[in-house]
Amino acid sequence: MFFPRFPNFLHSTVCLTRSGALARLTSMSQTHQIPAGAGLNSDTSAKYSVPDTPLVVIEPPRVWQSLNLGELWAHRELLYFMIWRDVKVRYKQTALGVAWAVIQPFFTMLIFTIFFGRLAALPSDNIPYPVFAYAALLPWTFFSNAVINSSNSLVGSSNLITKVYFPRLIIPAASVGAGLVDFGIAFVVFIALMAYYGIGPSWQIVMLLPLLLLTTLLALGVGMWMSALNVKYRDVRYALPFMMQLWMFVSPIIYPASILKHRQWLLWFNPLTGIIEGFRSALLGRPFGWSAIALSTLMTLGMLVFAAFSFRRMEKRFADIV
Amino acid sequence: MIRVSGLGKLYELGARQSGHTTLRESLLATLRAPLNFLRRNESPETFQALQDVSFEVQRGEVLAIIGRNGAGKSTLLKILSRITEPTKGRIELYGRVGSLLEVGTGFHSELSGRENIFLSGAILGMKREEIRRKFDEIVSFAEIEKFIDTPVKRYSSGMYMRLAFAVAAHLEPEILLVDEVLAVGDAQFQKKCLGKMSEVAHEGRTVLFVSHNMTAVNQLCPRTMMLADGRVVLAGKTSEVVSKYLQAGSGGGAEYVWNDSRRAPGNENFKLHAVRVVSDGTIKSEVDIDKAVSIEVEFWSLREGLRNVCTNIYLLDSIGTIVLSTGSTPAANSLPEGWFDKPHPTGMFRATCTFPPNFLNEGVYNIDIHIVTFGPLSVEVDAPQVLSFNVFDSGAMREAGGGTSWPGVVRVRLPWRTEYLGPEQAGEPKS
Repeated sequence: MFFPRFPNFLHSTVCLTRSGALARLTSMSQTHQIPAGAGLNSDTSAKYSVPDTPLVVIEPPRVWQSLNLGELWAHRELLYFMIWRDVKVRYKQTALGVAWAVIQPFFTMLIFTIFFGRLAALPSDNIPYPVFAYAALLPWTFFSNAVINSSNSLVGSSNLITKVYFPRLIIPAASVGAGLVDFGIAFVVFIALMAYYGIGPSWQIVMLLPLLLLTTLLALGVGMWMSALNVKYRDVRYALPFMMQLWMFVSPIIYPASILKHRQWLLWFNPLTGIIEGFRSALLGRPFGWSAIALSTLMTLGMLVFAAFSFRRMEKRFADIV
Repeated sequence: MIRVSGLGKLYELGARQSGHTTLRESLLATLRAPLNFLRRNESPETFQALQDVSFEVQRGEVLAIIGRNGAGKSTLLKILSRITEPTKGRIELYGRVGSLLEVGTGFHSELSGRENIFLSGAILGMKREEIRRKFDEIVSFAEIEKFIDTPVKRYSSGMYMRLAFAVAAHLEPEILLVDEVLAVGDAQFQKKCLGKMSEVAHEGRTVLFVSHNMTAVNQLCPRTMMLADGRVVLAGKTSEVVSKYLQAGSGGGAEYVWNDSRRAPGNENFKLHAVRVVSDGTIKSEVDIDKAVSIEVEFWSLREGLRNVCTNIYLLDSIGTIVLSTGSTPAANSLPEGWFDKPHPTGMFRATCTFPPNFLNEGVYNIDIHIVTFGPLSVEVDAPQVLSFNVFDSGAMREAGGGTSWPGVVRVRLPWRTEYLGPEQAGEPKS
């Protein structure tokens, strides 16, 4: 097998190398020209000037790092592009596309209405049960999808993490941001539902945006913490959906917080309680439980700060272990 | 400008090798030895990827970094591009850093060429405005005008590469880090890439170029730094460093054994264990041209039952030209050897390829080793320039050549026959 091909092979190699050697001679002489052009005393290099102080200093990390918010701000366009990518890819890859943003909360609402509203006859504060449930499912679906998606986001972006630098916080943040688009679509369905039941908006609707912001921040806090943990402990991927299911049942989604009567405060330890009840108030024109909302805000901010610092602490090892 | 002083990187292997621990393991470890976290210094297994690396690159300078696998080149680039962090030392970067550690970073196969230009550009650090301004230039550099709105998953690999490189090539950082991207693509495209890089250098930007392609290093970089085992062993004029590197083999030996399997090239299926040059019954780096020379490749098979395993050897001459390539597939093997398509059990294997005597010409040869599995093709071990050996001639054939070497890459003793065709004299017409 080897020798029959020998003469033929030999011929072509010699020819190739001849010309190759010639080409190499010329390229070697170029090599000596490049230093002159590329060296320090070059005149052509005026376009790029060197600052006097280093732009970046890289040193071994300390255990707790600053959040470096300025750098995050500098990368805000990247956040926008990542959200845009997440949304675009999701709707391109799925057959039903945008419909998923509607199907999930809508059918959950239907099932809840049948089982909890009709069969179990849970109270709904004198609001039609479908509206009652959907008003809570809006923030909940957003929150739960955002947390689950962002918790898997870092692991899913390992090809980016090991190849290029940018603030890693952008990755889980983009997953949360992409969920907002779904929220918007699901909200349109809510408007239709309101129209169907003849419920109009009231002044309380002004609280919708602040509450949505609060939900986003909470999802961001939980999501980025989970995403960082997931890099190290892949258990998170399995534990989280289960945890989210439990979380749903301890949140006033299928039932009103008032069901617990004088023990309502127990639910307040869940930061989602204030948010979900707040959403119902904002959307259905009922009085706000300000203390619950205030407590949710405090817990959310606490969670966010804790998660951000934990994330920064774990961040430095992502590229090595992801 | 880049100033690096005393840089070190220590990997903790526990986490790096097993990829990730589970929560359960961490909890159990804490339960078993609850005070362990107090004893910080008693870390598990560590691996010093870089040690006391110091150097400076001036503005407008193009520095090549060469070294064998596991020498720490990629780790150095990763630290410079802030993907991973050092455990020691200090780096000062005077200017924005752009890194090209892999073309197509951030590409998404579902998105169109247009969308990917924006996405990948943003990930590599360009502003939206900047991308918009350079958009047409990028598209024409990549030569994909017609397919700009087609999802990149429908692109040919050549188109994909061109687009990916085009985006990266239009980055305008003051410091550019490049890792071996030129190893891919066809010859014409490689030429284009090389052209772009020397253009970048002429503009006064600083370029750090990691490569195994000595031809490219020679062409692009006036200065070269050589790493070995995480340290800088040599730095200076490219021609000198490259020739040292190519001649040195691995410290001059004719055998290279990876005693530390963590440094050995390979993946979870195969790992290289040793490569050696054997001639005349002994391991030697100086090979007589009259003797057959064998290259032995020892590797660990780590996963049970893999088939269609092919060991490939590339022989390169001292300036990086591939003299020949050969592989252990049955079609390219002159021996009826049976292992190729049989399931490989775990354990050590040795593949030996023998070159006949009087075949390679005098000179230094470098050996690249690849182990691949077919169907689908996957590169399991990629170990460029593992060893080198020198072929010399002291015998009869050299004397016949007038005491100097015969020109050519190969030097084969071929069957020559000269015949006497009769007593007629030249030019005398037959009547």
